[in-house]
Amino acid sequence: MAVFKHAYKGYDGPLTPAWSRFLVLPRYAFEEMRSSRFYSMFFLVSMLAPLIFALTIYIEHNLSALKMLQIRDVIEINSRFFLNFLGWQSMMAFFMAAFVGPGQISPDLANSALPLYLARPFSRVEYVLGKLSVLLILMSAMTWIPGLLLFILEASLEGGSWFTQNLRIAGAIFLGAWIWILLLSLLALALSAWVKWKPMAGGLLFGVFFVAAGFSGAINAILRTQWGNLLNLSHLIGAVWTSLFEQPMHRGSGAVFFRVHGEDVPTWCCWMALLAICALCLYLLSRKIRGAEVVR
Amino acid sequence: MEPVIELDNLEVRFGDRIILKKLNGSLTGRAIGLLGPNGAGKSTLINTLLGFHQPSSGTARIFGKDIRTDAKNVRGLLGYMPENDSFIASMSGVHFVRLMAELSGLPAEQAMERAHEAFFWVGLGEARYRNLGTYSLGMKQMAKLAQAIAHGPKVLFLDEPTNGLDPPARARMINLIQEIRDRGELRLILSSHLLRDVDECCDEVLILKDGRIAASCNLEEERRANRKFLELETRGANGTFTDAIESLGCETAAFPNGRIKLVMPDGVEIRQLYALAAAQNVQIRRLNHKRDSLEDIFLKAMEVPNGGI
Repeated sequence: MAVFKHAYKGYDGPLTPAWSRFLVLPRYAFEEMRSSRFYSMFFLVSMLAPLIFALTIYIEHNLSALKMLQIRDVIEINSRFFLNFLGWQSMMAFFMAAFVGPGQISPDLANSALPLYLARPFSRVEYVLGKLSVLLILMSAMTWIPGLLLFILEASLEGGSWFTQNLRIAGAIFLGAWIWILLLSLLALALSAWVKWKPMAGGLLFGVFFVAAGFSGAINAILRTQWGNLLNLSHLIGAVWTSLFEQPMHRGSGAVFFRVHGEDVPTWCCWMALLAICALCLYLLSRKIRGAEVVR
Repeated sequence: MEPVIELDNLEVRFGDRIILKKLNGSLTGRAIGLLGPNGAGKSTLINTLLGFHQPSSGTARIFGKDIRTDAKNVRGLLGYMPENDSFIASMSGVHFVRLMAELSGLPAEQAMERAHEAFFWVGLGEARYRNLGTYSLGMKQMAKLAQAIAHGPKVLFLDEPTNGLDPPARARMINLIQEIRDRGELRLILSSHLLRDVDECCDEVLILKDGRIAASCNLEEERRANRKFLELETRGANGTFTDAIESLGCETAAFPNGRIKLVMPDGVEIRQLYALAAAQNVQIRRLNHKRDSLEDIFLKAMEVPNGGI
């Protein structure tokens, strides 16, 4: 390395393609996360459920194991099984977003680093995309990627006809997970942009999730309606998932966060509410991600 | 020389307030100083050239590239050292500069190499693995300079680069800026309220006042010009005396306590000044030959009502 060159000189070497530069941000973020024992441990722990689900699929196809454990009729690999998996993993992804999300934008704002990012051939959109991809990649690795691997495992053990008959489940895993991780990533980034103190931003993510659920319950109780559910993120995502997995709404599925209770609002309203929340997050981000503050 | 910055009726508004008022001009110097009192529009001009603010009308070009239509390519030419603290406290210095160089398009390996070189060049070689949050103010300024040059820009914006520096650190910073200027590989735009910094580093100066260009001057030419600069210390002088001197064809600037600075055109002799003084009963207590300093240019520009050009 030519560290002995103590004089300024220009650069006329090769440049990386402009479209790929936003990926620099997740690379640096993962480097930093790798050095954190907590994040590494949490990520490993989040992989326990996929292992258990994979083991369940294996046992279901292993006659001697079933006979030995005497659980022949207990295990049923169907859309509910995958919905339960997605629900559990999405809950883990939620915790990961609460830990990692607040550290994405708030340090840059607290240290006034945005002008340095944006004074380069690097736009606000690329900045948000870079920060967003940190969470998207991380949560993808926890949700739909292991989900689809489980689906492939089941299909390989069950045969080609099962694969074609249940292709919808694969689509539901992929789309359902993406809706959740996109919503969660945008929420985490928007909070990170507006709250400079990391622990507060993380706490607020829990607040948005649980306080809004309580608030929607209060609205439903006081006004004797079900439209308050539109403020309840777990209801919205639960309703969308049950429709994607073609599960009955009232049974409720997924992990503890994503059960759908009571009378329902139409699914299309839930989709619209999720889109509106995403749009609001993007608006909040666009207000904060600027090279220079304008004092009017 | 190819213009670095061309201002073409550039106007910037924040709501109803007009911050930059139809700026026109072409700046060609190797190192261009941006001067003006607080609120004159210096930072807004820099931020607009960097693409942080959209012009409400008109435009500007940097090396011929339009900041409105070609903003990304324009930013590809630039390096920016902001006035305020601007870094990621939890990152080591070299890691931070490497990140910034990679965002400018340098491949990871080159970015790493140039980050190290930049740190050694600004004199922080030994501190490059320390977290930026632990740096002193002077070190932070140097780190900001390192990130501004690591990717090899064509134009370097320096916003108050000597802010908060002690005299040795200031001298070091000025030396670095002069070295960059003298190597001629990039052009400098230096915004400062310190006339001395601009005087030492720049060969051209743009003075802003109330969002208008109050003066634009090539310091290099001014320095070379063989003009007769005089400084008078008078007693009893008033506006009539200054007017009388101007009637001889002199440019004048009046200061408190009877001080008058003037430029005499060819053909005017000093004894004519004495004759005028005698006629108006004004005492000339002292007469010095003095060239017009940047301070004089600045003060004259500030006297121009409603901005200027």
